[in-house]
Parts: sequence; structure tokens; C-alpha cells
Amino acid sequence: MFVVVPVLTTLGILCTKDLKGTRIVSAIGMGIQLLMSFNLLFRYFAERKVNAAEMLFQKSYMWYESLNIHYTVGVDGIAVAMILLTSVVVIAGVFASWSTKELPREFFTFLILLSSGVFGFFISLDLFTMFLFYEVAVIPMYLLIGIWGTGPKEYSAMKLTLMLMGGSALLILGLLGIYFNSAPDGGQLTFNIIEISKVHIPIEAQRFFFPFLFVGFGVLGALFPFHTWSPDGHASAPTAVSMLHAGVLMKLGGYGCFRVAMFLLPEAAQEMGWIFLVLTTISVVYGAFGAIWQKDLKYINAYSSVSHCGMVIFALLMMNKTAMDGAILQMISHGLMTALFFALIGMIYGRTHTRNIYEMGGLMKIIPFLSVIYVIAGMASLGLPGLSGFVAEMTIFVGSFQHQDVFHRVCTIVATTSIVVTAVYILRVVGILLLGPIKNSHFEELKDASWWEKTSLLTLLIAILIIGIAPFWLSNMIQDSLTPIVTRLSILQ
Amino acid sequence: MNIQDILLMRHELFLIFAALVVLVFEIATDDSQKSIITPVALVLFAIHTVVGFLPLTEGSIFGGSFHTTNLISLMKDILNVGVLIILIQATKWINMSANKVKISEFYILTFTTLAGMFFMISSGDFLMFYLGLETATIPIAALAAFDRYKNKSAEAGIKLILSSTLSSGILLYGISMIYGTTGSVYYSEVARGLTSADSLQVLAMVFFFAGMAFKISLVPFHLWTADVYEGAPVSVTSYLSVISKGAAVFIFTIVLFTVFKVVAPLWQDVVYVIAIATMTIGNLFALRQTNMKRFLAFSSIAQAGFILLGIISGTSLGMASVVYYVMVYIFSNLGAFGVVSIISAHTGKEDMTEYNGLYKTNPKLSLALMLALFSLAGIPPVAGFFGKFFLFTAAAQKGYYILVLISLLNTIISLYYYLMPVKAMFINKNEEPIAFFKSDIASKVAILMCMAGMVVVGLSSTFFESILKYCFGI
Repeated sequence: MFVVVPVLTTLGILCTKDLKGTRIVSAIGMGIQLLMSFNLLFRYFAERKVNAAEMLFQKSYMWYESLNIHYTVGVDGIAVAMILLTSVVVIAGVFASWSTKELPREFFTFLILLSSGVFGFFISLDLFTMFLFYEVAVIPMYLLIGIWGTGPKEYSAMKLTLMLMGGSALLILGLLGIYFNSAPDGGQLTFNIIEISKVHIPIEAQRFFFPFLFVGFGVLGALFPFHTWSPDGHASAPTAVSMLHAGVLMKLGGYGCFRVAMFLLPEAAQEMGWIFLVLTTISVVYGAFGAIWQKDLKYINAYSSVSHCGMVIFALLMMNKTAMDGAILQMISHGLMTALFFALIGMIYGRTHTRNIYEMGGLMKIIPFLSVIYVIAGMASLGLPGLSGFVAEMTIFVGSFQHQDVFHRVCTIVATTSIVVTAVYILRVVGILLLGPIKNSHFEELKDASWWEKTSLLTLLIAILIIGIAPFWLSNMIQDSLTPIVTRLSILQ
Repeated sequence: MNIQDILLMRHELFLIFAALVVLVFEIATDDSQKSIITPVALVLFAIHTVVGFLPLTEGSIFGGSFHTTNLISLMKDILNVGVLIILIQATKWINMSANKVKISEFYILTFTTLAGMFFMISSGDFLMFYLGLETATIPIAALAAFDRYKNKSAEAGIKLILSSTLSSGILLYGISMIYGTTGSVYYSEVARGLTSADSLQVLAMVFFFAGMAFKISLVPFHLWTADVYEGAPVSVTSYLSVISKGAAVFIFTIVLFTVFKVVAPLWQDVVYVIAIATMTIGNLFALRQTNMKRFLAFSSIAQAGFILLGIISGTSLGMASVVYYVMVYIFSNLGAFGVVSIISAHTGKEDMTEYNGLYKTNPKLSLALMLALFSLAGIPPVAGFFGKFFLFTAAAQKGYYILVLISLLNTIISLYYYLMPVKAMFINKNEEPIAFFKSDIASKVAILMCMAGMVVVGLSSTFFESILKYCFGI
């Protein structure tokens, strides 16, 4: 169902004639999607009490019988959380793009098509279908950035597309490797994730294919050194695209890393995890330091995203329940935060037509609503208690520190320093941009947020607040679903 | 031999009948009535396509020279659909005044070359194979030189006939060596007589391989492709790139899997190297092209390299993925060529830089071309993705993971150049883009058929499953 609604919305948009109709159809369509995800959330809780199966609400349709490919969907707590995240970010993105002037129909069409790919990815339980939705989510990016972007958009769009498709190329290899090894004791080969997780894949095959899978998903999750598409890509993309991309698509990488690479190839994950742990630690610190040097608002946020997404994979590789719980929380929290940031930056840029922080100043006096929200978003990013960032980061570091050995402890300590660095670049920007004297007198006539922008921002802000103040419902949901994964990984420890 | 046996050849018989009918119309009409030939030919071919789908009994006639199975019939049906789309696309061009004199020649030559290819696919021995091959080659060279008033067309025709002749000669030499060492030309008897120890037989296989590689435009036998594709009229180029190549791929696969299966390790090594070379060189050269026809020519060289992935596996999944991919490739390539030919017919512009900003003026054409290019690149949800995925699966089945990795990297490179026209149409700005024009009904029908094919063949599993039912491996 989750895939059908966006596709129908897209077709609906194609039937509308003008900007107003497009906007209304998109808003209604994505609003329905959001309501459906809330509905799913409550139904999930109800079902969970009576049914302890790994994946709930499973539906399976035979697709290619000879290769045992099915269109299988189902969710567990983590998937439900990701779907919620996506629907919130998408609707915020739709409202943030309310004023797109050039080719609006095509813009909304591609945006919603992209979201349908993302939704499909999160609900698929069959590797082939999952990969299909992943690719569907990547290609509209090229057109969205290339046509509606700013700056060196063609270069950024091509770089992003080629690198992400490069990741997916490595993924195909990994998937085929898993498929052909999915029945080592005879029986039928399968693409189904749950069935593969019950089988023991031979260790040599695991060692060969794990790097391909992890790097393939890692490219999307901004793993150092495959993250280079991210700063240029985010900076050149239009607002809603950046929101969706940094907020949701990069989480596809993290989700794929643990659902496919670590869940299905646990022995190899144990053996080779340390290499990737080093890489993610570098991501976290490098992203944070990279953000300090930037003058352009969007680049600051892009590097910050590299750092936070690096933290997600970092925590996943710690392979204990607390850390992985923190990782998922960080996925959701950072997704909302970065979407909020990019929305704000887009709105500021739309008014001042510059993203250089040194050219702007004292915005707090001119556009108070936007500025206050920016400050709150900044606080969430550096982990102020009461907002979601604190919950996520706290859980990650507590979980990571549980490891007794030197290597893990050192990595954790190095990663923790990024908290300080994050505070530096956030507060620096707030100071230069919002406080202080007004740099440019032309800006004094700028208008504050309009109703659609307020809707977009408040949606995200409320979600951040809810998770920050009362995270237990989310955390419990995630922890229940993590049990099978952690059990698999720790049996071998 | 009775009527049942003769009817086994119904594809070829109907084609020859259609060609004769067109000939009769040519003689019976004078210059002013010539335009009636086009609908007559189209209707005949449409009937032929539909009749081809009726169920067939398997069997062989002429002492085993000609045999037909469900698989071979399926292959012919796929080619029929492709030629139907090409003929529909060609109606506007053929009715132009410069060509009106020769309308019937176009159809007669096309039907003849297709009949030759059908004989080649249905062959049961090397003699029928060679007969079909030559029947197919000579008319196609005449078709390549069809535009009488263009130098490039004549150049294309000469290049094609000369290189075809050379490669056919080498092929025949190989066949004669096979006869010399095994004492027979029938596939089944040759298969029994082959061993990998006899170096003359290995040489024969290499010569056979070289002759076929020319037809499929594999590296290093691909040098004729770009110039011929550029010079020939667009309909003939479409025919060469999908039908001629597709038929050659079909018979190549069948012969390798049935006749040469004993020496499989030998030709698998050769295919390995040539696959890598073809994909890489095709992709690298396509990066630099700006003429759309040359661009599609090099892209089709690279696609042939991907098809080799299915052949190298030697399994039934491999053969099925090859047949399926040819079908997908027919729809995608004809879609791309269709748009290029419409634009070329209306405005004469064939350069990619002139496509800049096409989306603003001709959105539907741009979308059609984009869909076709995405299918060629292997992007879901169009059928090209499924085709490529099945090819990779077939190669991975036999453990050729490094080869799959190299092909995947080549897919990335190809994505770059497939995005170039998309970029031109959607992103680049242009002071004077190509103005809006309405295409004629025939071209629209052809492009719609291609787009429908691309979308349906991938999402619906029946096509691949029904192909897989009939395929066989080593």
C-alpha cells in the first residue's frame, strides 16, 4: 500500500493543469501517506502484543518463479520507524517547495516518485525487490538536482548519480553472491531476507561478499572515503531534495548496512567490522572538522550530515543492543534535524540570495521566526537534552563504551570529541548569522516565514520534540525488533 | 514429405509469399499508384507476425537440414515483432518523394533478408546455416546503400558488403575445416566428432567465432559498425542494430551450446576476454560521440558485450537471459532510434548538441527517448534493468564474479553517456531549440509500441518464464 499511494499521487499530478492543482494533489497525497504511517504505527503496537514473529503484516506475491523472486513486504519496529520518518520528511518537503516556479509539475512528480522508491525499500523483505526500489530512488535525483538545483548543478548531479550507481553496482554483486549461497545444504535458492537469515552461508563466500555489500550501502550512508558526492550534491540540490536526500536517503545506506550486510553475513561482519569502524570514526571526525571551515551554509550542513551519518554506521558496528538502538534513534533524529536545517537554509537563501554566512548577520532581528527555529535546530544537532539529538547520541556512546577492549574504547573516545566540534560549528554559525549587527541593510525588508513554510518547519520540530522528551515508545519498538539481529551477531562473539 | 512437414517452414514461406505479392504489386502499378504498396506490405507483415504466434509442432525436414523447435519459433516471433515496429516507423521515410520510386524494393529486400535470417536460425547443419547467412547479408548491404543521393549511404553499403564478404569467407573456411576433420556438416554428427585435442578443429572454431563476431559487432570485429550505422538510412540502421544482431546472437548461442559443447572450456575463455574488451571499448568510444546515430552504434556494441555474459554461463538460465535481453534490447533500441529518426526526418538534425532544451518544446518525445535510454542503461522499473540483472545472475551462477564486477563497472560508465542526451534535453539551455512538431500517426504508433514493450516486459514475469521453459543449457 505504501508504494501504491505515491505512485497514484504521481499519476494524479500528471493530470493537473497548473501549479495550484499540483500542490494540492501532492499535499493531499503525502498527507494520506502520513496518516497511513500513523495508522501503521498503532496497528503495529496492537499486533506486537499478540504476535511475536519477526516481521509483521507480511504479504508475498510470486514474481519470477524460476529465480524465486517474490514481491514480499513486511515490517518490524525499525521499518515502521523509518516509514514514519520518511512520511514526515516528505510532507515537510512538499510544503517547503510550495513556491517552486519552474516546471512545478515535473518537480513534484519526480519528488514523489523518489519517495515511492524509498517507501518500497523499507517495506521489502525480498533482496531483489529491495534493490529495485533502491535504484528507483536514485535516478530521479539526477533530474531533480540537474534541473532545479543551484550552483555547479550539472557536475554535482552527475557525480552524485555515478557514485551512487557505483555503490549499487557493488550491491548487485553482493546480492548475487548471497543468492547463490543461500542454500548451502541443498534446497531452493532464495532472495527472501528472513529465509536467508536462518541459513548459514559459508564463511569464504561471506568474506568475499561482505565488503561489496557494506561499501555499496556505505556509499549511500557517507562512509569515508566514499562520501565525496555528499557535500557537492547537497549544496547544489534544491531544498526539498536536500531534505529528502540527507534526511532519508542517507538512512537507506545505514538501514541496508545492518539489514542486509550485517544481518545476513554475521561472521564476516564480526571479522571485518574493525576496518569499517576505523573508516566511520574518520567520517565522524572528518565531517565535523570539515564543517568548521565552511563559509557556505549548505556545505556546513552537508559535512555535518556526513559526520552524523558516520555516527550511525559507527554505532551499528558496535554490535550490541544499546549501540544499535542508538544508531536507529540517531537515524530518525538526524533525519528530522537535517531536514529541518535544509528547509531553513533554503528559506533563508530564498530571501537573501546568498549562502555565505559572512554576508549575512543579525537575522534574528529581521526574521525572528526562522531564526528561533534555527537556534532550536542547532541545539538539537549538538545534543541538548530535551531534543532528540541528545537521546540518540547518549545511547550511542553508552552502548559503544560497553566494549571493554582498547580498540573500541579508543574509537569511541575519538568519536565523542565530535560532540565538541559540532558545538563549535553550530554556535559559530548561529553567532555570525543570526546575532550581532545587521550586515546588509537590504535585508531589513525581508519577510518572515509564510504559512506553508511554518507548517513545514513546525512538523519537523514537533517530531524532534516528541522524540526528545518521550523516546521510550520508539526505543521499545526498536529494541524488540533488534533482538533477532543482536542474537545472531552475539552468538558468534 | 507431406503438407504437414512443409508447414513447419511457415514463417519463411509466408515471408517469401509476402515478398512475391509486393513484387506483383510493383509490376502491376504505375508510378502514381505506388503508394498503395506500403499499406499492403504492412498488413501482410502484420498477418505474418500474428500467424507466427500460433502453436507449432516441432520437427525437422530436408533430412535434418531445417529443424524447428518451440524455442526457435519463439526467437522468430521476437524478431518479427521487431521488424514490424521498424516497418511502421519507416512508413514516413519511405513515402518521401525521393524514395517513392523504390518503395517495393525496400520491402522485398527487407523480407528477403529476414527470411534468410530465419533459415539461419532454423538450420540443422552448417550448409543451411551458411545459406541463410548469405541470403541475409546481401540484401542488407543493398539496403544500407538505399539513399541514392547521399555519399555516406553508398559508403555504408560498400563497407558493409566488403567486410561481410571477408568475414563470410573466413566463416566458410572454418566450416570447411570442420567438414574435413569430422566428415559431416550436420550439427549432431559434428558434435560427436569434436575433441579439444585436434588443433585444426580448434582453428575451425576460432574462424567460426570470428565470422559470427563480425555479425554481432564484437571487438575486434566491430570497426564497420559506426560508419555503416551512420551512413545508412535510419530504418536500415535500426534493422542492423537489433534484428541482424539479434538473429546472429540467437544462432551463435544455439550452435555454441549444441555443436561446440564438448569444447566448452575453450570458447568460454575466448568469450570471457572478448566480453570484457567489447564492453570496455564500446563504452569508451561512445563517451566521445555527439552524432546520435554513431552514439547508438557504439552503445549497441557495448550491449553485445553484455549479451556475452549470458552465453559464457552455458546454462539454460544463460540462454533464457540472452533471448530475453535481445527482446528487451529490441524495444529499447527501436524506441531510441525511433525518436532519433523522427527528429531527423522533420528537422534533419542528428547532433546531440542540437537536442538541447528539447523538453521545453517536445516533451513527449523527450520522455520517450529518456525511457529508452534508461532501459538501455539498466535502470528500473523499465525492462532493461531486469534484462541486465538476469544476465548478471546467469554469469554469477557459474561463479564468474570478477566478470560480473567488470560489467557492473562498465554499466556505470555507460550510465554516464546515456545520461548525456537526457542532460541535453532536460537540463541544457538553448536559444533556439527544435521547434514543436506533430509526428505522424505511424511514428507515434511505433514509439508507443516500444514504450509499452519496455514497461510491460519487465514488470510482468510471464515473458521471461515462458522463454525459460524452452531453453536448454550445456
